[in-house]
Amino acid sequence: MAARKTLARLSQPHLLGIEPLSVEDVELVLATAEKYQTRTARETRPVVRTDLLAGKSLILAFFEASTRTRISFEMAADRMGMDVVNLALEASSVQKGESLLDTVKTLVAMRPDALVIRHQGSGVPHFLARHTSVPILNAGDGMHEHPTQALLDALTIRDHKGRLDSLKVAILGDILHSRVARSNLHLLSKFGARIFLGGPPPLVPRGFEKLAPGVTVCRELDQALEGADVVMMLRVQLERQREPLFASPAEYARHYCLTAERLARAKPDAIVMHPGPFLRGIDIAGEVADSTRSVIPHQVENGVAVRMALLELLAGGNA
Amino acid sequence: MKPLLIKNGRVVDPAAKLDASRDILIEDGRLAVIDTRIERADAEVFDATNLVVAPGFIDMHVHLREPGKEGAETIATGARAAAAGGFTAVACMPNTQPANDSALITRAIRAAAAEAGGARVYPIGAVTKSLAGEELAELESLRAAGAVAFSDDGRPVWNSRILRRALEYARTLGVAVIDHCEDLQLAAGGVMHEGDWSLRLGLRGIPALAEELPATRNVVAAALTGGRIHLAHLSTRGALEIVRRAKHEGLPVTCEVTPHHFTLTDEACRDFDTRAKMNPPLRAAEDVAALVEGLADGTVDAIASDHAPHTATEKQTDFESAPFGIIGLETAVALALERLYHTGKVSLARLVELFSTNPARILGVEGGQLKVGAPADLTVLDLERKWTYRAADGLSKSRNSPFDGRSFRGAPAATIVAGALVFRR
Repeated sequence: MAARKTLARLSQPHLLGIEPLSVEDVELVLATAEKYQTRTARETRPVVRTDLLAGKSLILAFFEASTRTRISFEMAADRMGMDVVNLALEASSVQKGESLLDTVKTLVAMRPDALVIRHQGSGVPHFLARHTSVPILNAGDGMHEHPTQALLDALTIRDHKGRLDSLKVAILGDILHSRVARSNLHLLSKFGARIFLGGPPPLVPRGFEKLAPGVTVCRELDQALEGADVVMMLRVQLERQREPLFASPAEYARHYCLTAERLARAKPDAIVMHPGPFLRGIDIAGEVADSTRSVIPHQVENGVAVRMALLELLAGGNA
Repeated sequence: MKPLLIKNGRVVDPAAKLDASRDILIEDGRLAVIDTRIERADAEVFDATNLVVAPGFIDMHVHLREPGKEGAETIATGARAAAAGGFTAVACMPNTQPANDSALITRAIRAAAAEAGGARVYPIGAVTKSLAGEELAELESLRAAGAVAFSDDGRPVWNSRILRRALEYARTLGVAVIDHCEDLQLAAGGVMHEGDWSLRLGLRGIPALAEELPATRNVVAAALTGGRIHLAHLSTRGALEIVRRAKHEGLPVTCEVTPHHFTLTDEACRDFDTRAKMNPPLRAAEDVAALVEGLADGTVDAIASDHAPHTATEKQTDFESAPFGIIGLETAVALALERLYHTGKVSLARLVELFSTNPARILGVEGGQLKVGAPADLTVLDLERKWTYRAADGLSKSRNSPFDGRSFRGAPAATIVAGALVFRR
């Protein structure tokens, strides 16, 4: 483990998205994350604490509200021995009219070893990465990518299914506005999974089939669910919809909520995932979320492990 | 001023069906003689051997930002950038601050233009007060003060009743209404073309329908009123098809296309480069092909740059926050030569129509042809000159060009306005 750390590198200096990563990059992240896992499909493990990144600092710059991703990064950095500075950007210079670039240049001048950025604008981490050599970890940019989520999802799927290739994965709900869906499409496609998308027609445009190989847009939810190994539900992103794309949450739930009845179309051992926060009774029925099929808590645990791995790989420097 | 004698140029004037070696003598700022061989001892001689001499190019769609945003461009810097781009005249859009919705502002722009040097500057007046789309501006006063057309550019004339009234005035005044075709509901929140790339990048798209729907309305309104409608910066295959049909029916409809729309596709946005962000957005490859076809077959009347300067600060931000628009005065002619002429798609005579003959006709301004006695506005081109565009070396105050660093074959060699060499490479 210790011998490998100086050799193991991602092909990219930043984690901006899944699309630019190679299969080897993803394998490296997953392999690194495995040693930090607190739970696998078979067992629970003690929390790993290390001083691998002691003396290094991490800035969390969340321009968009977040609870779970922010805390997950905080926990990950803490377990790696890093100092974490958590910026409440809503209350800072952004409100005073300072430009995004100037704000981030100021952060970089404080010499952090990595910068975690979440922003409501697609491409913000990519723009900032052109102006800094400090490793940037994208914690979600607009509707574009959420790479750490896709990586923790991959770790969870592989844990339960033993592989990523030739699985049938159904991704259901608000695909259009979802950075989680885009990152998962890229990742699963790189590994040869078949991905079936379903949801209200305006939220699942056909163009998604050209995003990556192996993607099918389904007209009906049942078609996407049929024989699925993995069912990934997405939250309805009301905050990103600029217009009503369905009549009401009740109307949405009636046709697209993952109920036990709908889930019966998937394979008997299919797992159910959700990036959270989930809307109980709207995008997923309580009985499904609470069932043994649901690996949602496992996703959360793997989130910390994957982020620890990414910090090791990107903020580890040449130590 | 000494007479100017332009020797041995290949003179291309589609209005006179002329494409031959000619000498041109300019006296007192006017075209005095055009003949196969002119000798004049007291004249200053401009040797145009291996160069093309054409009636002055007119960019009928630019934003000069004065009054209001002089940090990005002024009338003086814009007029000089235009001259350096081979243009003898430009028509500037009224979305200044305040908007050019009154005779007062129109006169102020003309006064600043008269001092500027470089290309001539023709103001375009607003269709509605403050470009708000709610009430007609003082169209007759704007026209009397020198406005050459009416437009709310930057925004569409979304209120169809207002459009109808404007066309009725425009018909009587003999000018065109220039509409920026955009359905604001369909385009809401969009920052690039709606297509495979917008889906991939997670950016909100502006669908082609947002342009095609108002284009259709505009054609029908022109038919109803008999007023001339000019469709600005068309970007989609469907919009050109609408114009093609309208022209077939003999309706008073014209349109323009920008060099960036016939050169780049939406793929240029792939790295979230804000220099690829403009409105209308860069479209798909099939649209680009349709624009080139329309430029070749006569559907498109004019090439216009939609020169839209923004400061480095404004553009140096993330894609969604950045303003729409790129500069284009100093690359328009070179892009047209590269994409249209050197590819064999468009003849030189047709290129001169697109840059000179037709814009002059649509705006109803002097020029567009070589007429003895008329002001001597000429564009001289070197079709073969190899050069590289550096935005930092340009004469525009702004640098927001996706063509920075691009190498070209062909460039303007000189620009002559009223007999004076305002630019020479």
